[in-house]
Amino acid sequence: MNRPSSSIVGTPMDRVDGLAKVTGQACYAADYRGDRGAAEGYIVEAPAAPGRIVRLDVEAAEQAEGVIAVITHRNAPRQRPHGMPEDAGRFTQSHALLERDRVRYFGEPIALVVAETLEQARHAAKLVEVEIDCGEGTFNPFENAASAVKPDSLDGADQVDTDKGDFDTEYAGSDHRVDADYHTSAQHAAAMEPHTTVAEWDGDDLTVHMAIQIVSSAVEAFSNTLGIDKERIRIVSPFTGGGFGSKLGIHNEAVLAALAAKAVDRPVRVVQTRRNLFSNAPHRSRHRQKLQLGADKKGRLKAIRHASLAAMARDYPFAEAPASPTRASYAVPALRTTHRVVKADIPKVDSMRAPGEAIGTLTFETAIDELAEACGIDPVEFRLRNEPDADPQTGKPFADRRLAECLRQGAADFGWQGRQAPGSRRQGRKLLGCGMATAIRPNQLNPAEAEAHLTPDGRLRVRLDMTDIGTGSYTILTQIAADALSIAPDRVTVELGDSEFPETAGSGGSFGAASSGSAVYEACREMVEQLLSRLNEQGHTVNSVSIDGDRVMTGEASVPLATLIDAGGLTVTGEIDPDNYDSGEKNYSYGAQFAEVEVDADTGEIRLRRLLGVFDAGRILNQKTARSQLMGGMIFGIGGALLEQSLMDDRYGSFMNRDFAEYHIAVNRDVPDLQVRMLAGYSEKSNPLGSKGLGELGICGAGPAIANAVYEATGIRVRKFPIHMEDLLPSLPRS
Amino acid sequence: MKAIKITVNGRTHEAGIDSRRTLLDFIRDTLNLTGTKKGCDHGQCGACTVIVNGRRINSCLSLALSHDGDEVTTVEGLAEGDELHPLQRAFIDHDAFQCGFCTPGQLCSAAALLGEFREGLPSAVSGSHTPFVEEIRERMSGNLCRCGAYNHIVDAIAAVAGEKR
Ligand code: FES
Ligand code: FES
Repeated sequence: MNRPSSSIVGTPMDRVDGLAKVTGQACYAADYRGDRGAAEGYIVEAPAAPGRIVRLDVEAAEQAEGVIAVITHRNAPRQRPHGMPEDAGRFTQSHALLERDRVRYFGEPIALVVAETLEQARHAAKLVEVEIDCGEGTFNPFENAASAVKPDSLDGADQVDTDKGDFDTEYAGSDHRVDADYHTSAQHAAAMEPHTTVAEWDGDDLTVHMAIQIVSSAVEAFSNTLGIDKERIRIVSPFTGGGFGSKLGIHNEAVLAALAAKAVDRPVRVVQTRRNLFSNAPHRSRHRQKLQLGADKKGRLKAIRHASLAAMARDYPFAEAPASPTRASYAVPALRTTHRVVKADIPKVDSMRAPGEAIGTLTFETAIDELAEACGIDPVEFRLRNEPDADPQTGKPFADRRLAECLRQGAADFGWQGRQAPGSRRQGRKLLGCGMATAIRPNQLNPAEAEAHLTPDGRLRVRLDMTDIGTGSYTILTQIAADALSIAPDRVTVELGDSEFPETAGSGGSFGAASSGSAVYEACREMVEQLLSRLNEQGHTVNSVSIDGDRVMTGEASVPLATLIDAGGLTVTGEIDPDNYDSGEKNYSYGAQFAEVEVDADTGEIRLRRLLGVFDAGRILNQKTARSQLMGGMIFGIGGALLEQSLMDDRYGSFMNRDFAEYHIAVNRDVPDLQVRMLAGYSEKSNPLGSKGLGELGICGAGPAIANAVYEATGIRVRKFPIHMEDLLPSLPRS
Repeated sequence: MKAIKITVNGRTHEAGIDSRRTLLDFIRDTLNLTGTKKGCDHGQCGACTVIVNGRRINSCLSLALSHDGDEVTTVEGLAEGDELHPLQRAFIDHDAFQCGFCTPGQLCSAAALLGEFREGLPSAVSGSHTPFVEEIRERMSGNLCRCGAYNHIVDAIAAVAGEKR
């Protein structure tokens, strides 16, 4: 296979949308201003659940100044039942709301107040009175473990359970063992841009400006919810202010905006409040993960069991797969993994950045650290000793695996000293410790199409329904097109986020760049083919072209584009078929992360001093944006280890800490120097670009590296995340 | 409805406004200057940061009515014509954003911060041995960035502040 030539791809090119973003010109959903001014929708949430609405009094709200309508289950336009059609899958199924008098979870919308202004809608929303007859709800998966079931499928993993070898015998025959339960907290993606939708009907045609990661499945979701043809729906989303999984599918404000706009025959904007988001946008479930690991005297793994228990929202089929990375990490003769869920009366549980790995590596890599210590082996060496030749679960070969390189380079660059006696390093009031962990994340390629359009004056326009949620899509697609057609990047315009453009898999699962990038690459290759054949028809025997201004440059001649393509320009399409890259091998991105923390010896306050990650993500498409994405992932890892925790009141099934004052994400001063190293590489088997996914890789391993460092600093092994000062305080070493 | 007179990015507006309207909603929805963002509406994220009479504030926490006669600068007002503010240039150079949603607030915050440095205003961490980047980190901690562009934001501000100091 020919490697694509590269002069622009891989360079640290500035973001092409940078200027728009620093001048406030980038148009996010809430910034859209149509010709007909949008009315404002304000969500009224159910104050209790699950149950039945026995009284809903909206009269005072309807009478309030500026109110246009109050939409409830009594007057909402018709929808297809929630969850239909049954085979649709969670993103595309009907997301119907206000269906009848039933309330499924705390915070579910029971009404939408539509008014001229936000102030009016918000005021009127407070006048709505509701009485709910509450039934018994299930909220806490651990207290209800007896009713756990095996989910039909898992997100991002082929099998729900796996069992290789004879776990019981190998575990019993191990010389060193770890056997513990680890708890991870519920989390919210908390993108800075709240979920926002502006819906506008023209007769039976719906146009939606919204914050979304995957445009095409959102079209289907609207179609299935509202019972209208996909052709009647247009979604526009040129900029999305972060998604992190929470905008993969459509959420409550989107459905409400569409219903309300229909009902009042006017565009309606619904912006979820920050408080709304904690129940009207998805979250990551809390998990209990049981880990049993065994190794022989030489520190070779003999047995691994990873059993996960979480909550699944009733009527929304999503189950996370924290044991999925465990299946691919280390060589082991006996490997048993299981996932169970308790169906609960809670808001939607769905993907959050690095589903599976973010919390799976957090717990598993902590347990590995414990086992290495039990064996008396340095944790880097322990991992190297257990490096597999083939996928531990299936025995299939790896497409490429450079984990050992990441581990060795990370140790060298970090100045890894080997495991120190826990609690032994002290600087004044600070206890110091280092820790490390492995990062692993599946690499995928999904179907995608792109259109390329070249004008006679030498400008290339590329269109696809891909989104840029901060990942840098606009920029890398510009680079890919520029290289593929040998055209200057400033002559390339990439247009994204419109359902009228060719379909892609959108942004998610770290597959966005590879899938969309490959489609753009194929479209541009097709463009080159067409130019070559036209040149050949004109008697030029050439096999490569480049474009300079309005001319095509070939080895021997410079031909005006206008003589090859007519005034309307030349339009071609390209697509990527993942089957052509399905070698049957296991394909992952890898990394190794190293952290140093200080813990206050008196208060237990934990501060991260430094974090270094070495990553193998194949060919890096843009050094600058890739580094930023990896850093952002590492900071998510800090959150998972030390900060983020959505707390549910298990009496009522309500999230309690529904704002940034109480749901803590890392702030600037929580983040020390981050070191990012990217191994130079090219992943032949992944896609025509040679890249692998990295949007989520930075999270993987970051959390456990920090947790393991906290252990080395204090000698206290905390098996619940996030680790807070109060977890350390009772057992801090006395000086 | 009460009337106020307010200057935003050098242009004076006289408007009758709902007394409940925040400065943020006034800027975004009355004046249609949509560069300034709403991330929480509760003074907890900094996305809505604008500069009022030289000081940075969370515009979501302030009623528009209370700004009669004030001078406000938003992200749209940082550049001089086509000439970007040095911070805007530095944010692009250092890749100090990803999704860009927090960026207008980060920029306004950073621009006012340069003024705080000039005036020698202390922060919670100020002291004779405080590293410069630590000062920036502390002073920018009211501006959340979920994409995690913090290190690059600090680099960008340090580059500009370094030039200026
Ligand atoms: S929107 Fe004002 S601080 Fe968040
Ligand atoms: S750049 Fe996305 S929140 Fe800061």
